[in-house]
Amino acid sequence: MRKLPLLLLPALALLFSPSNDLQAQKLTAKENAFFEKSIRPLLAKHCYKCHSKKAGKSKGGLYLDSQAGWMDGGDSGPAITAGSPEKSLLIKAISYKDKDIEMPPKEKLSDSEIAALTRWVRMGAPDPRKGSKADKPRARSTIDIAKGRQFWAFKKPQKHAAPLPSNGTWALGDIDRFILKSLEEKKLKPAEDADRATLIRRVTYDLTGLPPEPEEIDSFINDKSPRAFETVVDRLLASKRFGERWGRHWLDIARYGESTGRTRNFPFTFAWRYRDYVIDSFNADKPYDKFIAEQIAGDLLAKKTPVDKRDRLVATGFLAMGSKDLNERNREQYLMDNIDDQIDTTTRSVLALTVSCARCHDHKFDPIPTKDYYALAGIFESTEILSGLNARGQKGGYKASDKLIALSTRVKPDGEKISKAEVEMKKMQEQLQQLRTEMRERQKALGALNKKNGKKKGKDRTSAAEFAAKRKEHQKRLQELKKEVQEVNRALNRKKNRGGGSAPTGDYAMGVSDMPKAVDSRIRIRGEVSNKGSEVSRGFLQVLSGKKRPHFSSKSSGRLQLADWLTSRENPLTARVMVNRTWHHLFGRGIVRTVDNFGETGERPTHPELLDHLALSFQEDDWSVKNLIRRMVLSRTYRMSSNYSEAHYAVDPGNELLWRMRQKRLDAESLRDSMLAIGGELELSRPVGSPVMKLPINEIGRSLARAKKTLDGNYRSVYLPIMRSFVPQILQTFDFAEPSMVKGNRDVTTVPTQALYLMNNPFVHRQSKNLARILMDKDGLTNAERIDLAYKLALSRAPTTFEAIRSLTYLKSFQSRNEKGSNPDLNALASLCHALFSVAEFRYLN
Amino acid sequence: MNRTPESYSPEINDLLSRRSLLQTASCGFGYMALMGMCGEAAARDDTYKNPLAVRPSHFNPSAKRVIFLFMQGGPPQVDTFDYKPQLQKNGGKKVGNGTLMPSPFKFNRAGKSGLQISEAFPNLAKHADDLCLLNGMHTTNPAHPQATILAHTGSINFVRPSVGSWVLYGLGTENNDLPGFITINPPNRLGGAQNYGSAFLPACFQGTPIGGQGASSLPNLYNRELTSAQQRKQLDLVQKMNRELRERSGVNDELDGVIESFELAFRMQGKVPEVMDIKNESQKTLANYGIGRGKASDAFGKQCLMARRFAENGVRYIEVHHGGWDLHNGLKARLTKNAASTDAPIAGLLSDLKERGMLKDTLVVWGGEFGRTPAGQSAKGDGRRHNNRGYSMWMAGGGIRGGMRYGATDEFGDTAIKGKIHIHDLHATMLHQLGLDHEKLTYKYAGRDFRLTDVYGNVVKEIIA
Repeated sequence: MRKLPLLLLPALALLFSPSNDLQAQKLTAKENAFFEKSIRPLLAKHCYKCHSKKAGKSKGGLYLDSQAGWMDGGDSGPAITAGSPEKSLLIKAISYKDKDIEMPPKEKLSDSEIAALTRWVRMGAPDPRKGSKADKPRARSTIDIAKGRQFWAFKKPQKHAAPLPSNGTWALGDIDRFILKSLEEKKLKPAEDADRATLIRRVTYDLTGLPPEPEEIDSFINDKSPRAFETVVDRLLASKRFGERWGRHWLDIARYGESTGRTRNFPFTFAWRYRDYVIDSFNADKPYDKFIAEQIAGDLLAKKTPVDKRDRLVATGFLAMGSKDLNERNREQYLMDNIDDQIDTTTRSVLALTVSCARCHDHKFDPIPTKDYYALAGIFESTEILSGLNARGQKGGYKASDKLIALSTRVKPDGEKISKAEVEMKKMQEQLQQLRTEMRERQKALGALNKKNGKKKGKDRTSAAEFAAKRKEHQKRLQELKKEVQEVNRALNRKKNRGGGSAPTGDYAMGVSDMPKAVDSRIRIRGEVSNKGSEVSRGFLQVLSGKKRPHFSSKSSGRLQLADWLTSRENPLTARVMVNRTWHHLFGRGIVRTVDNFGETGERPTHPELLDHLALSFQEDDWSVKNLIRRMVLSRTYRMSSNYSEAHYAVDPGNELLWRMRQKRLDAESLRDSMLAIGGELELSRPVGSPVMKLPINEIGRSLARAKKTLDGNYRSVYLPIMRSFVPQILQTFDFAEPSMVKGNRDVTTVPTQALYLMNNPFVHRQSKNLARILMDKDGLTNAERIDLAYKLALSRAPTTFEAIRSLTYLKSFQSRNEKGSNPDLNALASLCHALFSVAEFRYLN
Repeated sequence: MNRTPESYSPEINDLLSRRSLLQTASCGFGYMALMGMCGEAAARDDTYKNPLAVRPSHFNPSAKRVIFLFMQGGPPQVDTFDYKPQLQKNGGKKVGNGTLMPSPFKFNRAGKSGLQISEAFPNLAKHADDLCLLNGMHTTNPAHPQATILAHTGSINFVRPSVGSWVLYGLGTENNDLPGFITINPPNRLGGAQNYGSAFLPACFQGTPIGGQGASSLPNLYNRELTSAQQRKQLDLVQKMNRELRERSGVNDELDGVIESFELAFRMQGKVPEVMDIKNESQKTLANYGIGRGKASDAFGKQCLMARRFAENGVRYIEVHHGGWDLHNGLKARLTKNAASTDAPIAGLLSDLKERGMLKDTLVVWGGEFGRTPAGQSAKGDGRRHNNRGYSMWMAGGGIRGGMRYGATDEFGDTAIKGKIHIHDLHATMLHQLGLDHEKLTYKYAGRDFRLTDVYGNVVKEIIA
């Protein structure tokens, strides 16, 4: 019954249960007497407390005080299939046969009570208790999808003509017209343009995460061309540094992490390939729809058309990267938790919807019924996660190098035969299976022999000797088999081992692939994995779907259709969400402030028409992220100064309407990278892989001390190893995104531990000294010139005369410790450089 | 601009101006902006509030702070705080999950209350009248990592903020010279940093680990390049530049916060080592904690003493971790050893808190992630298996009734049957003692309000004094 679509259930229940015809049913006197004497008191005594209108309770959505109650049933479906006790949930529950549903929960009914109820159900459950239609328990979902579609975020973006502000000269483009119009409505004026030094600092950090070099600043300031700023922007967009910055923004959303985290924190040896894929995609300006589709269904796309196969396989790492509870023994729980991570990450990153709320119950605020959650779950249940690791309780322990994607072309398309060791392992596994089969057969034969002999007892003595011989032979062989099994097992375990082995090397990636057979999922009632309700056909969110339902075959998970749906131009959210994320990074706050939540509990857009305008032009522009960014930063709005205005502040203190540019804080990566860059130590080449590859497949806590040295480097921060629970200190201290969760909007905190880091961490000291050395080594510079250069490097501006004099005084009065071999001038200059790295101005973008 | 350069760095003047800056903040640091909260909880305007400032509790608290003594591994209840005479009489009897193994430890009545406490803890027994034994504990999962994470965050299936982070988020900290949530000697496995992490709460609410992973103190506390005078001078320059930026920026609470954070950091450099230095503690105190070269209790004694010093200095939530309670074998010897290293320190901590009048508003909680079976590990075994069905913890101080035994396991000590307390109930009760309603302490994340106890948790009213 459960295999049928949910909607058919009540109808079928009627069909199969002739005595259940509500209208026609009349109880015979005998039936009535039986019900009144044996059934009603029993139900009243044991069940009504939790399942009746009178008690005001319908636990699990079930009422048992009316016929309609049990016919409609609760969350798990109809309670009784009249005439068939064996098909009735109620009988299953009271017989305490299934640990997951035992009713009444506190104490089992007596045998005679169980017998009575069983008999009653077999009779066809004749029930005189007529509840009126209105008394019927409510249908499982009360969400009105059609009404839900009226919410702003679920309506398709509309084309709005750019408004015509009364100031006809300020706006450079449509973005500016929208912004200016809403300012004018409040009688506000946009701030003046930022000076060029401020602007180039702002845009260089925003696009690359690094400070502009002094020559770049000078050349921009001196460029008289009207296209001077465009030149800068195009240079930055073309730089490899761009992908490292914007790729990292996506990694925050993709909850990128290089270990499982949680109970047993094992490394993800090949997670970094996904990181590199993301960076490369932004650098190549891969159309955003394609970028999303590859992450959801890259493996299937590659099968369809054999281009960029490698990239597409790696892209699916997005679905495999979640934190995992390797210690989970319950396979079903492990499975459903991982699926939840996939659903949560996919829907929040691409759609900014909190679909995961519907895992246990219909979404409380958005029109997302539980059914929709499990429609998506089916797609992921039909998808295997290839993370290279196994949960506890799987044969062979945690390490599972067969659960990875083999990228090398030398590997057969079926992904098998990967390494010599694995071939051996596979052989052993087969051998083990053979031995076990033989063992089972022998045991069976022995059992049969014993049984046969028992029957013949005393009658057939001639075969006694033969019997004994046969028996002995079986027993002997069984002993041998047992030994062999033990040996192979031991050898196999040595190969696989539960940890301590070396990391797999080779051309592998994390990702997903389709299961051999695709399935539809079943609702897990209240999210409890063992409490299975109706089956739901695979599908998407109804509120974001048209009438046309995609076709799902049993041969494919449906991720391809999911990717299509997510990136369809009909989808009202995908473009809006990405446009909003981009706006958030450039303007310091999203048009929808809650960048990961466009639902009812999220905030409303401050500029809805602008959001739609940007979303539509993003789609029309073939989803080009670079062009989107280019349009935004070339707007006059982006070029405004962040200067304060008391009058404007009085009207719009939160600067929601953007009367000035918002001041932004450098994130942890930019902070570290800047110090390395200015200190001359930044290694701009991309490291091969990740230091995590060097960690054995074991709990990181155990091996970290040994590996610690190898985990650092002067690479850009995006390449630092991001193991969950072991995030590098500088990132952790300066509000890095928790790598286990989708985080489109990092916190911005100011706490003393950050100040302590800047004051005392050896890294900061080293970079200060490096900078001082660079300044000292430049030939023929006076101290004043050194100070000038230091300011330009760190703050992208020259010091004022006042600041220059103060700095000179500082150098002069710096009392160097008289240590042997130390250079007092260098130390004084290093201390000044250190101060420049510590000031707020260094960490803020105006 | 036209003053001579020399007149710009008289330290005294500068110090004075800094002082006056602090004084203008009439509400103390609570007024100062240390942080701008982003995320969905953010206010609509751009004003920044200090999340670590003291926040009012929901109702009058009985406890101001918590010291959680975490005995990782699963201390066996029947050998510690759950006296089971029937178990002693029925050694060797087959039960559902093995063969009963009587406790190798005797229990003695202690205090006026006559609580039965294992002979392994002679010093702690002297505090019987302050202890509230919780014999009806139970938890969800019998595996170390899951149960440890659950005990610390209230969730197994998701990454969630730790109890200490919730407490700090709810109440703030009374001392800005120290972190508000400190965890001493945490393991880097079994969930590692997740056990003191802030998950979706802002990072400033995460616990600060001391010890355990090599760091003997807070990170970045010492400057290895500059003398104190040099550093002060450098800091003065930094703060001057910050204040100039602040002047140029109009209303900008966030910059106020940055300026303030540097002063706090400078003070922490002095304060933290001072708090962590036990040199000036009396010989008597050291002896009470079992501190002394060569003593089994030396290390844990120092950690407990540190906990008291942190508590005294306004740290809101302190956890002290002691491992080695996973007694699958060698139970008698190993428990004896564990007791030797923890009994005096814990007893010392309780006396010390009491003498200082702090026990009444310090909630001390003792326990592991689960307990152990009364049945032996094997028929002959000298150890016990994991048991999440029933185990014991205890509380003391912080408005909890002393000299009380609450809840019970079955006759042999296997399964909680009376006064059952799940870890969610424990969390709800801990928050309650701190004046926080566990159903109201929420944080909005991913579109909904989250709480420590999720949809569970009942305050155990019966144990409240």
